[in-house]
Amino acid sequence: MIRYVTSRLASLIISLLVASIVIFAVIEVIPGDPASFMLGVNARPDTLAALRSEMGLDQPLIQRYFAWVTGLLQGDFGNSWTYKTPVADLINDRIWVSLPLAVYALVLSTLIAFPAGIYAASRRGSAGDVTIMGATQLGVAIPNFWFAMILVLIFAINLRWFSAGGFPGWDNPALALKSLTLPAISLALPQAAILARVMRSSLLDMLTEDFIRTARAKGLSHRQALWRHAVRNALIPVLTIIGLQFSFLLAGGIIIEQVFFLPGLGRLIFQSISARDLIVVESVVMLLVFTVIVVNFLVDMAYAIVDPRLRTKT
Amino acid sequence: MTLLTIRDLSVAINGTTILHDVNLTMQPGKVAAITGESGSGKSMTALAVMGLLPRGAVATGQIMLDGTDILQTSEPALCKMRGNTMGMVFQEPMTALNPVQTIGDQVAETILIHENTSKTAAHRRAAAMLERVGLPNDRFPLSRYPHELSGGQRQRVVIAMAIALRPKLLIADEPTTALDVTTQARILDLLRDLVREFDMGLLLITHDLAVVSDIADQVAVMQKGRVVEAAPTRQLLTDMRHPYTKALFAASTHTVYLPVRTASVPLLYAKNIVRDYPLPRKQLRGPRPHFRALDHVSFSIDHGERVGLVGESGCGKSTLTRAILGLEDVQGGQITLGGEPVFTGKKPNLTVRRKMQVVFQDPYGSFNPRHRVDRLITEPFHLLETPPTGMAREVEISKALQDVGLSQSDAKKYIHEFSGGQRQRIAIARALIIAPELIIFDEAVSALDVSVRAQVLDLIAALCRKRPLSYLFISHDLSVVRSITDRVIVMQAGKIVEQGETETVFTNPQHPYTQALLAAAPQLPELKHATEIV
Repeated sequence: MIRYVTSRLASLIISLLVASIVIFAVIEVIPGDPASFMLGVNARPDTLAALRSEMGLDQPLIQRYFAWVTGLLQGDFGNSWTYKTPVADLINDRIWVSLPLAVYALVLSTLIAFPAGIYAASRRGSAGDVTIMGATQLGVAIPNFWFAMILVLIFAINLRWFSAGGFPGWDNPALALKSLTLPAISLALPQAAILARVMRSSLLDMLTEDFIRTARAKGLSHRQALWRHAVRNALIPVLTIIGLQFSFLLAGGIIIEQVFFLPGLGRLIFQSISARDLIVVESVVMLLVFTVIVVNFLVDMAYAIVDPRLRTKT
Repeated sequence: MTLLTIRDLSVAINGTTILHDVNLTMQPGKVAAITGESGSGKSMTALAVMGLLPRGAVATGQIMLDGTDILQTSEPALCKMRGNTMGMVFQEPMTALNPVQTIGDQVAETILIHENTSKTAAHRRAAAMLERVGLPNDRFPLSRYPHELSGGQRQRVVIAMAIALRPKLLIADEPTTALDVTTQARILDLLRDLVREFDMGLLLITHDLAVVSDIADQVAVMQKGRVVEAAPTRQLLTDMRHPYTKALFAASTHTVYLPVRTASVPLLYAKNIVRDYPLPRKQLRGPRPHFRALDHVSFSIDHGERVGLVGESGCGKSTLTRAILGLEDVQGGQITLGGEPVFTGKKPNLTVRRKMQVVFQDPYGSFNPRHRVDRLITEPFHLLETPPTGMAREVEISKALQDVGLSQSDAKKYIHEFSGGQRQRIAIARALIIAPELIIFDEAVSALDVSVRAQVLDLIAALCRKRPLSYLFISHDLSVVRSITDRVIVMQAGKIVEQGETETVFTNPQHPYTQALLAAAPQLPELKHATEIV
């Protein structure tokens, strides 16, 4: 187990290192230099020179990379060109919207998908299975922004149970959660549809395995065999999908954040790209890459908890 | 008192009748065997007794087990009986256990599900049962996972699970088919002892007639869903009535007649072959540990010589095959075919490679299902510098198909249209089409039913008569190797422990391992003299 964790940790650190180099390099290879890109073609030479020295572009490449990385490690992401504030503050404000939203959506989608997938698999071919599979087909097909608009129409405008958008901050956690509910549902449903399908097919695969037959021969009922022996084995592909979905939920909420006027990371990236604020883009991308890699690491750890065979491998 | 009575059992799945009026009775403390070829309905009969018929199956008739009619019993009541009154052991020990649960939990589950007892008590009993089946707790603690055990050990866990509550009837469906001969002998011994000790009935499903004659008190022979003959084993062996039974036994003891070997010019030459597989590092520094799969293996095959290779799984047979074919480089020694090395630099030597072909075990998995037969059997043409095209290619295809007893019209068919035996013929046609100097048969008849196996062996012998073939015949089945080879090589743990003329080795084995191997292999009594044995 220790070997497994160490090897995963090593791969995590290497991935982060490579990612930081790639992101840094991409920003560097943009034609001209970042400063001229940010200011556009009509920039005045003295403004350009000011920005260049502010961004430290007059220093050698290696030095700039190390300065950037040590800054990142200390939580210093540099200053935003358009907002004139530290990027760290910008991110800090927004991550407390995006991260809870992603977790909320993920929890919702898991809570919907697991029972639905397990139910459908255990009653394969029944009316319930057909209904659930039909619903997931719809869930995958419907764009989440359209679904978000329908939710707003029903629950905010007609029923007035939720507000149509905006975020009141975490001073009142109940209110904050309430305002995240509709966005979380619209993010979660398409994800839940995919997850339920994966859960169902993975379980059905498991149910044809020899050890399920062995369990039945021991005297377990169909349902007991499913719960005690199939579900845990079926989790491995499901965990992979959950890991992929979390990364998507964190950054992919751009449209949903727009629909609900949420000040999240998605909006920040969107605005920074429009404003050509490369420092913000670079930092947020690095942060997202960091999250993806850490989530993958956690998924790897979850694999090992589920499957003892992995613990002995490297 | 009768333990199990099956009366006029018929089973239909989606309208197709699988079992026709099966009748069988067995007594407690006895071993009853059901035998027959694949598709004869042996396993279906066993599943019917367990009440585990597949979905959509309709059963009629009566299965009386210990006073209860299984077919009239509700599913919840059947759940109470399974594992309690009757237990079952399956063929594939590698997949029969849940990979994510410890063996202790899995054995204890049988107890916990049927009895109102504490987890600790159940684990204590599980430990005792594992001990009984030959897995002592100091070496095999309950916390072991299935992947940490070998196939034979896993089969013992499955047996412990099935007998944990001392059922009256144990059903074993091909329990030793996936195991090595020595392991098979030990598992059969265990089952025999358990039957005596627990006074339970053992319903043994097996295709292996040698196993049947070795262990069973009574036999039922099945063909196409019918019991064609049933009798006490001794009686059946001495006095077979049904033609199918006779054919089945004849096929199992089938001997082929190889033409006498002619020339003796060396063809393949292997000298001091060493093959190491790297293992994961134990420490950060220092040399990487290795597993030595082939340890200074030396042998040769002459032109026209038929050589057998036997040994248990993991002894290095497959590694040796890969090395001979030049698929992998070796760490020491050299293999040459006709004087040329099979592996040069970093890649296989193509001029040598086209002189060798291989026939694999699985007639179902070794063909691309989307290609037609003509394309499948001409695959080796890519090894040739100038592969035949047009008319010449057609001639080659039809010749190859006719050589293996198929017709020219089969060339345009897909592989799923053929039976297992026919597929193996196609595999042989694919190997023969470029007239290789050496053919490797890697367990080529192991997946086939006895009657089909006999036909394929006859085919190989017939091909030898047509033109001298040199081949390496790898098999775990000693009786097959004995009849189809001139010389035999015995491998153990990566080393050749014995090699010599087949008859000499079989009648007078020198190495203790060869002796153990031959002793463990169950044998059919010589039927002509069966009366003397009885």
